[in-house]
Amino acid sequence: MEKKGLTKVDLIFETIDPKEVLIKAFKMSSGDIIKEMLDSGLKGRGGAGFPTGLKWKYAAAEKEPEKYIVCNADEGEPGTFKDREILDRVAYKVYGGMAIAGKAISAKHGIVYLRGEYRFLLPQLMKELEKFHKMIGEIGYDFKINYCLGSGAYICGEESALFESVEGSRGEPRNKPPYPTTSGVFGKPTSINNVETLVTTMMIIKHGAAKFYELGTKDSRGSKVFSVSGDTPTPGIFELELGMSVQEFVTEFGDGDTKAVQVGGASGFCVPRKKFQNTIIGFEGVPTGGSMKLFNSSRSMYNVLHNYLDFFAEESCGQCTPCRVGCQQLLKGVEKVKKGEVKSTYLNELIKLADTMKIASKCGLGQSVGNAFRTIVENFREEIIY
Amino acid sequence: MINLNINNQRISVQPGTTVLDAAKKLKINIPTLCNHPDLCVAGNCRVCVVEQTGAKTLIAACSMPVSEGMDIHTNTLKVRNARKHIVELLLSEHRSDCTKCYKNQKCELQALANEFAFGDTIFLDLVEDHHYSIDRSSPSFIKDDSKCIHCQRCVRTCTQLQYISAIAVANKGAHQKISSFHDRPMSHVVCTNCGQCVNRCPTGALVEKTYIDQVWDAIYDPAKHVVVQTAPAVRVALGEDLGYDPGERVTGKLVTALRQLGFDSILDTDFAADLTIMEEGTELLTRLKKVLVDGDKTTSIPMFTSCSPGWVKFIEHKYPEFLPNLSTCKSPQQMFGALAKTYFAQKMKLDPSKIVSVSIMPCIAKKYEADRPEMRSSGFKDIDYVLTTRELAVMIKQAGLDFRNLEPSNYDSVMGDSTGAGVIFGATGGVMEAALRTAYEIVTGREVPFKNLNITPVRGMEGVKEATVKIEGCTADWKFLEGAELKVAIAHGLVNANKIMKLVRQGKSPYHFVEIMACPGGCIGGGGQPIPTSMEIRKNRMKAIYSEDEHMVLRKSHENPDVIAIYKDFLGKPNSHVSHELLHTHYTERDNY
Amino acid sequence: MYNVGNLVKELSEKHGRERESLMPILQGIVEKHNYLTDEAMVEVARELDISAAEVYGTASFYTFLDTDVRGKYIIRICKTITCSMKGKGEIIQTLEDMLKIKVGETTSDRQFSLIETNCIGWCHKAPAILINEIPYTELTPEKTVEIIKGYMQKR
Repeated sequence: MEKKGLTKVDLIFETIDPKEVLIKAFKMSSGDIIKEMLDSGLKGRGGAGFPTGLKWKYAAAEKEPEKYIVCNADEGEPGTFKDREILDRVAYKVYGGMAIAGKAISAKHGIVYLRGEYRFLLPQLMKELEKFHKMIGEIGYDFKINYCLGSGAYICGEESALFESVEGSRGEPRNKPPYPTTSGVFGKPTSINNVETLVTTMMIIKHGAAKFYELGTKDSRGSKVFSVSGDTPTPGIFELELGMSVQEFVTEFGDGDTKAVQVGGASGFCVPRKKFQNTIIGFEGVPTGGSMKLFNSSRSMYNVLHNYLDFFAEESCGQCTPCRVGCQQLLKGVEKVKKGEVKSTYLNELIKLADTMKIASKCGLGQSVGNAFRTIVENFREEIIY
Repeated sequence: MINLNINNQRISVQPGTTVLDAAKKLKINIPTLCNHPDLCVAGNCRVCVVEQTGAKTLIAACSMPVSEGMDIHTNTLKVRNARKHIVELLLSEHRSDCTKCYKNQKCELQALANEFAFGDTIFLDLVEDHHYSIDRSSPSFIKDDSKCIHCQRCVRTCTQLQYISAIAVANKGAHQKISSFHDRPMSHVVCTNCGQCVNRCPTGALVEKTYIDQVWDAIYDPAKHVVVQTAPAVRVALGEDLGYDPGERVTGKLVTALRQLGFDSILDTDFAADLTIMEEGTELLTRLKKVLVDGDKTTSIPMFTSCSPGWVKFIEHKYPEFLPNLSTCKSPQQMFGALAKTYFAQKMKLDPSKIVSVSIMPCIAKKYEADRPEMRSSGFKDIDYVLTTRELAVMIKQAGLDFRNLEPSNYDSVMGDSTGAGVIFGATGGVMEAALRTAYEIVTGREVPFKNLNITPVRGMEGVKEATVKIEGCTADWKFLEGAELKVAIAHGLVNANKIMKLVRQGKSPYHFVEIMACPGGCIGGGGQPIPTSMEIRKNRMKAIYSEDEHMVLRKSHENPDVIAIYKDFLGKPNSHVSHELLHTHYTERDNY
Repeated sequence: MYNVGNLVKELSEKHGRERESLMPILQGIVEKHNYLTDEAMVEVARELDISAAEVYGTASFYTFLDTDVRGKYIIRICKTITCSMKGKGEIIQTLEDMLKIKVGETTSDRQFSLIETNCIGWCHKAPAILINEIPYTELTPEKTVEIIKGYMQKR
């Protein structure tokens, strides 16, 4: 397995002249921009990791004249806060990325869906946006961005749920197909990209695909912003090259007593100490939208699991059976096991249930609840039972 | 065409076909729950998951369109295990008091449990964790959230078919529920009691409020004379609950069954339907005269029919400014009720206080209608109990009648005669057709100019139908209508009613007379009809209604001998003072939430 | 008391009367009046020509669109894992003692509501709360007391 060490990178927060990059991008053809993204190997930074160039290629191929670029700033995954930091520090690069995406797929409208929890950022973001609109006007390019605010619903980070929310409805994920690139917000072809992805696309245009491609591994190109929290002396935001092992990460950020790292938030995977060495952080190992949570030996993994399950039972949209009822069953199930009211072997039934949720739920939320459940229960079974 | 394999059988289907429908063509059954042929695809319950070779997850057959080269397997171990889990999960959030449940053996979840999840249940009971309430506030139905499995059929029905959205999905996650506006009781919201949701609910979460026991008590009370009336749409649907195919007419057996159940007088709502035509037709002609000849600005047209209590409540809530346009005629059920304890009592020399008036209806809004405070013009509650077609089937089963082998018989007299015009009230367009058959003849002295009296333009399943009838050769009294073109419209399903009402509100309605039925297809598709109801089934029932009409000797309301007799002996003439006291009513503006 | 009809009209003029205007209108009402009264939801339904049950159904999906009584200052305490690990319990205790209400309740003078919420994106500075839209992070009981005192003086 290809592996890189821990290397800090400064790409996302690097100060640049956006006008210069945008002028360069607008001179390129749609096809050239898409090729650049494909060549860079960039995969979406929200967590799902769909190749950005491919998404744009599909959206660009749609004949419909009205298309949308949606920036997914509904950063709700527990343990993730990098998008807030990006918006706080380099919003102009997010807007720039949206304009580049617009050029790539021929969209004139951009929508930023900002989670309600980050509403306090809105005044400064609007100021930045005004500057951006002015700048883009000066370049002579037509692209308008507006804001939609969330109001507290984790599931709205799921792309089709986000569209529903923008359209004024309950944020319930849609059936797929059709996919967003065919029928997204307002039923129009839409490229929906994560905040960090959009900034990265701008940096790829600036520095060229080759520079980005050099970083990372075969399956995980480039660098990525990590949100580090939990039992660490240095919590915060760190941009790191992809491809390091969990061990290298723990060596850098751990407090010397790390027993597990939850990679990818509540919907991600729990990596126990014995697997630190052989687990790569990236799409070949454990993928992450950036959330890295460290737990030391003072923590009860039962509490961690319980907290996550409680979260999912509340934040499931509730429309599909496996997720709505499954989350409640997992939660109640581990409680009963802990209290000794059911046999500990009941955990095996719950793991099977988590597997069903993974393959039968309607959207990514229900499909990923099993990740944390399985990895915590399998690796810390005794903590769940006793 | 798209080619795919399902369970190793090759099939070509149109693009856009779902995997579920493609499988149906191959006679491969995939279980479903949230799916309903009248409603949009939801893809919520996940019972229909199947395996697609190469896909990471299972796919929902109901919502997945076919694609070229797809390889689908509907019964792999993976699929079976997932389905079993899903059914078990639904059972864990559903109060499974099956043997005591009104929907016992008619519950779609129970049927699935029977197929997939028998034996020991895997999961923990979640019902106890929720503070479920049972809403019994409506006189028509009961909403029991502890039996709800969140398929959202009811919500889709209320929105897509009825344009009301009295219920919506509220909250999320474990707390997600089907709720009225801020959890208000169903009796205090915009709900029309149409019962279309009840008809589509797969479990016992939404059921009609039943009055079977009260009716049995009345039947067995020797001091009581129990009068029963049967609505036109019941006779073409009852059979479905008793083993017949949709569209079978069982009128004669129905009458015999009621007699054997012990009802004292078996009478026909059709009689009252014919009476309605006399009253409503006269009201229409009077309104037209006031508007066209007298130039009376206080008289409102178009005039709307008022037979459908769901529709009446709809307009009271949503378009109250047009209540003056609603015919003042009570519905046939209530006309019948008012007369049963007055005219019928006199004729039969019965003490009206000893009469228990029961009606068998395809409808659950009729239960609500009978409860309206206006409906006591006989001095008593005009209709004591309303039973649905489904409830009657239950009584027939309870009594152990061998329905199939009953000898057909006829309704009793006095209020038992009917015509084909009364019968077709049960289908959308029927009231209009019956009204035209009579009104045209009153005005011109001739039969309506349609072959065999069949006014085909007003028939059929089109959501909104329009027709124009040119009136020529009027008799002396009606000369003012000479050459007039009577414009009529018909809508069924409240989503279609709303289309007409929008036109009316915008001042763009060209119509003089509009028939509206709350339920899709009219009463044949009523909320109290046998479950399931679908377009195909409604069409079969409709066919049966028109066939019943064709088989009648009398097919015009004004020729009904019992109707002629009642005007001679009791009412005088249509819209007389007595008529107004007993057969007409008024309406109330209601809140739009 | 504010006139809910006027506010809803004003917001509908600003955001439009399409379905997609619903969220900004509801958010606008909450911003002014802390929560959605039944009257407000009925007004919105009328203005947008949609059913009141749908307005309620949509609002109740979103944690921040409260349909129950809320005070002028809504304190949302993050209860997700890092904040739980880093002293959320102490902060709640402090707030409950200070405001004399339990989580989920509103003070009788309608000044403060205390609610738990899911991850608000400040895990590196846990424990964290939001008061209306303003985040407060790296809280200690002492710091919490100071912050709330500030709000108490604001009224």
